[in-house]
Amino acid sequence: MQHGKYRFIVGFLALPLGLYALFVVWPFIQSIYYSFTDWTGLSPEFKMVGLDNYRRMLDDEIFWKSLQHSLIFAVVLPLVTISLALFFAFMINVGGRRRRGGPVISGVRGSSFYKIVYFFPQVLSIAIVALLFAFAYNPDSGAINSILRGVGLDSVQPLWLGDPDLALWAVMAVLVWSTVGFFVVLFSAGMASIPADLYEAALLDGANRSTTFFRITLPLLWDTVQSGWVYMGILALGAESFAVVQIMTTGPGGPDYSTTVMVLYVYQKAFRDGQAAYATTIGVALLVVTLAFAALVMRLGRRERLEF
Amino acid sequence: MKTTETPAPVPAQPGPPVAKTDAPHGPSRKEKQEGAVLNVFSHGILVVWAILVVLPLLWAVMTSFKDDSSIFSSPWSLPDKLHFDNWSRAWTQANMSDYFLNTILVVGGSLIGTLVLGSMAAYVLARFDFPGNRFIYYLFIGGMSFPIMLALVPLFYVVNNMGLLNTIHGLILVYIAYSLPFTVFFLTAFFRTLPSSVAEAAFVDGASHSRTFFQIMLPMAKPGLISVGIFNFLGQWNQYMLPTVLNTDPDKRVLTQGLVQLAVSQGYKGDWSGLFAGLVMAMLPVLAAYIVFQRQVVQGLTAGALK
Repeated sequence: MQHGKYRFIVGFLALPLGLYALFVVWPFIQSIYYSFTDWTGLSPEFKMVGLDNYRRMLDDEIFWKSLQHSLIFAVVLPLVTISLALFFAFMINVGGRRRRGGPVISGVRGSSFYKIVYFFPQVLSIAIVALLFAFAYNPDSGAINSILRGVGLDSVQPLWLGDPDLALWAVMAVLVWSTVGFFVVLFSAGMASIPADLYEAALLDGANRSTTFFRITLPLLWDTVQSGWVYMGILALGAESFAVVQIMTTGPGGPDYSTTVMVLYVYQKAFRDGQAAYATTIGVALLVVTLAFAALVMRLGRRERLEF
Repeated sequence: MKTTETPAPVPAQPGPPVAKTDAPHGPSRKEKQEGAVLNVFSHGILVVWAILVVLPLLWAVMTSFKDDSSIFSSPWSLPDKLHFDNWSRAWTQANMSDYFLNTILVVGGSLIGTLVLGSMAAYVLARFDFPGNRFIYYLFIGGMSFPIMLALVPLFYVVNNMGLLNTIHGLILVYIAYSLPFTVFFLTAFFRTLPSSVAEAAFVDGASHSRTFFQIMLPMAKPGLISVGIFNFLGQWNQYMLPTVLNTDPDKRVLTQGLVQLAVSQGYKGDWSGLFAGLVMAMLPVLAAYIVFQRQVVQGLTAGALK
């Protein structure tokens, strides 16, 4: 297999690697470099300013707000989404009634129907989902307040996205809505591969369902849960939160920056305020937060691998 | 015996409708009863979430057939008649047809490019030993965990300097580049699982490396290409951040971008029913594709996470 090997390798790698280096790797390296300059992005001239941008960032009240919100996203979103998904997946796969002569553990009737429906939002663009819910949250004519009025809660008519205390949570709920199904399907696949006799033995020993969940399902599923956690956290810090916050909240960034997140702040600084260098500085901070988050989850979640 | 405690922390959820209890059949042995109670409980909650998923979508479809005044006065009422004019207005006047065409061009080009270039790189990385192999591999998959936003600012100027800003082919190239990390990661693992004997036999018979790849390995890798293709198709079709930054020409807008712009400007024009029609129009193709190819879509999207 030696004949012409290297020519072939170079020929096959050149184009993909070239594109990747040009549009992904090179901008990454550049952006770290730019964070030490005073580049505006509008003119080609700039000079090195050392750590000035970083100092400015530490004094920037809006940066701290965006960091705080991003951290809430990274902690609360995976927690809620994955808990809900685990709960649903357990219901779907183990919550079934014992049918005469059937297996000890079985899924509820219509389990595949639930999986199909729950996955729906996952195939929709997050931008379109965000738009849809922006309408649904409308305080006067939106679907949600209208339901509240319909059930007699006329007095409870939140402003949702217009309320600085509520907006962030309203936005987050949309991400939960759109992501839970993916994890339900993912965890279901994991649960399906857990041998039924483990459950059988536990139930014979008198364990109830919630014990089996914590003692059997969760430990055996732990690897999947953990990688799901990292995946969701990266999404919550990055692209997904950008779309929902930018599209749904007024401003954008919410009343009094109450929903602004780091990605959105990077975008605004670079493309609205003409402060490209400062934007990349916040971008570097975002990178640090993302890597720290992933490392923390991997470390906290480390436990002995269980085989079955 | 309490059996309905939730196994995981569940945030504020409407309680299950427990009005109608499905009484346990026959002699109520303890475990049997437990199963039955849990069953009612789980069905209740599962149904509630299913409704929560479907309701907003149904609401959007319903609203897209209503006239503006009833959208505002009674959001949940049924349309007085089916206003198909909303749909035709959205398609022609609100440029939905252009956004569709742009999206199809961009996604078609990037999808083909991603699969061809991704499988070429993955094949070489999976099956050939050469200095730098590991380095290039990790360089590629490192891109999966970095926030795109960080690169976006310099990327804008790279694309601008190349004269590719606001062009369809520029967008295609960038989409391909950002799809490569996952594609290479996934396909490298896939090519490693394919038997090497077939390729070796072909090579001994005098086929060149590239001929072996295109005529033997690529057809063998079809299941992997389909999975990763679906993943990329949905990701690229639904992409919002990259076009928002790199594509500011109103004529070149893709679907997601066009709709958001439309929503912003519609605040002044006030054609909400047309906007809803556009929204539903944009949702329908993917929902329809999902329902038809449901199994493949789920496999494609979860394939990476399960490995």
